[in-house]
Amino acid sequence: MAASADADFKTRLQNWIPKLVLSPSLAMMLVFVYGFILFSVYLSFTDSRILPTFGWVGWENYDKLWRLSHWETSLINMGIFAGLYIVICTCIGLGLAIFLDQKIRGEGLLRPIYLYPMALSFIVTGTAWKWFLDPGIGLENVMHTWGWTSFEFDWIKNRDYAIYTVVLAAVWQTSGFVMAMFLAGLRGIDNEILRAAQMDGASNWNLYRRIIIPQLRPAFLSAFVILSHLAIKTFDLVIALTGGGPGRATELPATFMYSYTFTRNQMGIGAASATIMLMTIAAIMIPYLYAELREKR
Amino acid sequence: MGFLDIDNATKSYGSVEVLHKVDISVQEGEFLVLVGPSGCGKSTLLNMIAGLEEITSGEIRIKDQVMNGVHPSNRNIAMVFQSYALYPNMTVGQNITFGLEMHGVPKPEREKAMAEVAKLLQIEQLLDRKPGQLSGGQRQRVAMGRALVREPDVFLFDEPLSNLDAKLRVDMRTEIKKLHQNLGTTIVYVTHDQIEAMTLSSRIAVMNGGYVQQLGTPQEIYDTPANIFVATFMGSPAMNVLPAKVVMLNGRPHAEVALFDGSMAQLPFSQDNLSHWDGRDILLGIRPETITDMDGADRKSSNIATMTNRIVVTEPAGSDTFVSMQLGGRDVIARMRSDAEVAPGQDFTFAVNMEKAVAFDPETENRIQG
Amino acid sequence: MSQASQDTAIRTGRVARTLIYLVLLLFALFYLLPLYVMLVNSVKPLEEITGGGMMNLPQVFTLEPWFKAWSSAQIGVDPTGLKPYFWNSIKMVVPAVIVSTVLGALNGYVLTKWRFKYDTILFGLMLFACFIPFQIVLIPMARMLGIIGLAGTTWGLALVHVVYGIGFTTLYFRNYYAVFPTELIRAAQIDGAGFFQIFWRILLPSSGPIAVVSIIWQFTNIWNDFLFGASFADANSQPMTVALNNLVQSSTGVKEYNVHFAGAILAAMPTLLVYIVAGRYFVRGLMAGSVKG
Repeated sequence: MAASADADFKTRLQNWIPKLVLSPSLAMMLVFVYGFILFSVYLSFTDSRILPTFGWVGWENYDKLWRLSHWETSLINMGIFAGLYIVICTCIGLGLAIFLDQKIRGEGLLRPIYLYPMALSFIVTGTAWKWFLDPGIGLENVMHTWGWTSFEFDWIKNRDYAIYTVVLAAVWQTSGFVMAMFLAGLRGIDNEILRAAQMDGASNWNLYRRIIIPQLRPAFLSAFVILSHLAIKTFDLVIALTGGGPGRATELPATFMYSYTFTRNQMGIGAASATIMLMTIAAIMIPYLYAELREKR
Repeated sequence: MGFLDIDNATKSYGSVEVLHKVDISVQEGEFLVLVGPSGCGKSTLLNMIAGLEEITSGEIRIKDQVMNGVHPSNRNIAMVFQSYALYPNMTVGQNITFGLEMHGVPKPEREKAMAEVAKLLQIEQLLDRKPGQLSGGQRQRVAMGRALVREPDVFLFDEPLSNLDAKLRVDMRTEIKKLHQNLGTTIVYVTHDQIEAMTLSSRIAVMNGGYVQQLGTPQEIYDTPANIFVATFMGSPAMNVLPAKVVMLNGRPHAEVALFDGSMAQLPFSQDNLSHWDGRDILLGIRPETITDMDGADRKSSNIATMTNRIVVTEPAGSDTFVSMQLGGRDVIARMRSDAEVAPGQDFTFAVNMEKAVAFDPETENRIQG
Repeated sequence: MSQASQDTAIRTGRVARTLIYLVLLLFALFYLLPLYVMLVNSVKPLEEITGGGMMNLPQVFTLEPWFKAWSSAQIGVDPTGLKPYFWNSIKMVVPAVIVSTVLGALNGYVLTKWRFKYDTILFGLMLFACFIPFQIVLIPMARMLGIIGLAGTTWGLALVHVVYGIGFTTLYFRNYYAVFPTELIRAAQIDGAGFFQIFWRILLPSSGPIAVVSIIWQFTNIWNDFLFGASFADANSQPMTVALNNLVQSSTGVKEYNVHFAGAILAAMPTLLVYIVAGRYFVRGLMAGSVKG
């Protein structure tokens, strides 16, 4: 209802209050999100070091950034990490959801067990897995004391494999959550369709492959969006699990940005890397949000 | 000037006009029903009267006060919603008195008003319950109680019976009619159900595509529909509309229609002015109940025509038997007494009450005025 | 028997079912293992851990590591334990959760029941803000906190969490209120209730389930945050997660694994408790919130 010129006081008041109520949030969002984004993007074109300065340097920071082997490592790691993390979480989540959907006795007990890691801080997860995977006191040691002396599992200390331990811990933390999303999707499927398919003689395998999984499209999409943005944001887990090491073997863009900005005093380059992270997420999120909000109208 | 005036009311969303220059004047104590298929604009019009939707142009007046831009709560109206819209967290009593509370009526008066309304609607024993614990019919009563307690100038009903099962709907219909008769309130009532419209209203506005197709008493609407839309929308089963040709026989206009075998039957019109249409094609409108057997024909009618046609299907429905046949190349339904002796495949002599027949211009689909 | 499988309509053979149970149990083990390791090792003396046998139950049971982690472990420069940081987190989380939830509820109410031109675009902007990598706002936010005098304070952190939490709380309440019958709002308008009266008397009493979701979500996210805490807090206002990381990563002295584990459980305790108490509602609401967008 827009107020017309001849509206009475109450109508006009009732037209303004909603906008007034929304405005603090709106103002905060415009300043703290979009204003800050513009500021950071601007900084990425300046010669900022310890503190923001405003000497314009054009694309220099981006130039430098792309020539840093450090950045390249973090991008390669990101590719490995995000790819495996998304695929494995989706597979485990879907698998567990399908299995749990078979009228499992004790579902009420299993579900919270699968889900609880989601309630933990990545710092806690990192701490736990760090010691669990430590060859000195963790799994390897346990296997040795149990008599399997040739067992070797030192990935967390190994430059080539350390990134996979990050994947492992991240999967541990979020796959239960993905399971819950798929389970909700499965429970939402009309049973009559399944009965009809069974009447048509579809085997369980075909039932899932041809009828059920295609209907989970929205759950797949949501899982992908949530997992990919979590992957790009992954920061605390690496800090707690490997500290970015050994060496720089598990550096990700998020940790790269942090160390360049706050410990190496290369704010311009840090801002440039943050801008690239934002663009990547935007490329995934904007089409998704657009589609979601479109169909609601 | 009426009690509630809708004057050239138009509603647009952006560039799309959904309601076109509606003009209705409602008298005090009148029961106006807005009826039409979904999307015809009837609910939009009701919401505009309530002040829930803004009026794009034109005016709405209640008791000569212009209501444009007046807040819904300041219009002295009350509304009964399709979903009843009872506040789920409040008891029935609180639901009924919420409006009074918002208008600053002191508690003792609210209690008194609530007691009166509860007694009137026989819901006294429900006052402490929550809406979730009530049956559909009880919720309906509470929703009406909430409207009544305000003693508004105009009651607005938005499809209030459509969520009830068939039997309850008939009971509540009677109840609403009784209430209107006893209280003499002014009511604007929206429904898509033409039977509700016929039974409840003192006047009906039939709407379609954002236009008021016809405004009149139930009898006018039924007997002299303004156009084919009104003719077929009101009445069940719908009025038969079939191609016919006007021919002059013995100085009188007749409708010439094709029977099942292609031979022609001539049915005399009661309206003489149709002689202007001599030789031209029209669409003939005949209500099913005006096609009967000879014994069932209306004895008061001065114009009963007969024709012999083949019966295709018979559908006994208890009180009546519906008979279908081919007439003018269309499927035509006749409504006969249940004891009429009819069988599929039989050639039967029908009596057609031509006094009630109407003719439409096939181009404009409007009724040819008598 | 055909009645028994009403729910899923899928039937599986005996062998398949055994396999399914096996897989489900193995995964349960996988999820429980780290928690088990932390728990058993947090009540062992240090020698027992360094001697191997991470999976073994303690031979000597001791709560000493817990007390140490809580009140005397070396964190940063002072041997304060995690206690002061725990309270820092509480002081940051409580106001941030309350404010962001209230704002989210009001925003959701406006965006669904008082719609205006471009409201969907506004909501889209808010929603996108949930997903930005927070690295992009770190630098200007640090400046801003300095300018408004909240740098290195718990209030500053609370403000940061309110700002970046509103998107999610708005999303939850908007989706919830979107299916709340609009006729109720109209009825209340005709009854003469104003904007806040409708919110307070009609909408809020029915908002319990989504408020639980919003509160749990915000509580978990803010409690578990590390990035903002590490970036904007000083030594006196650090939240629990940052302190825990300092404890675990400290390079001086002997690594007291048992104390680390006890500390980690202490840091996880509040969110785990919330999850155990109200997790069911959370998942249910989250599904309605995030899957349906």
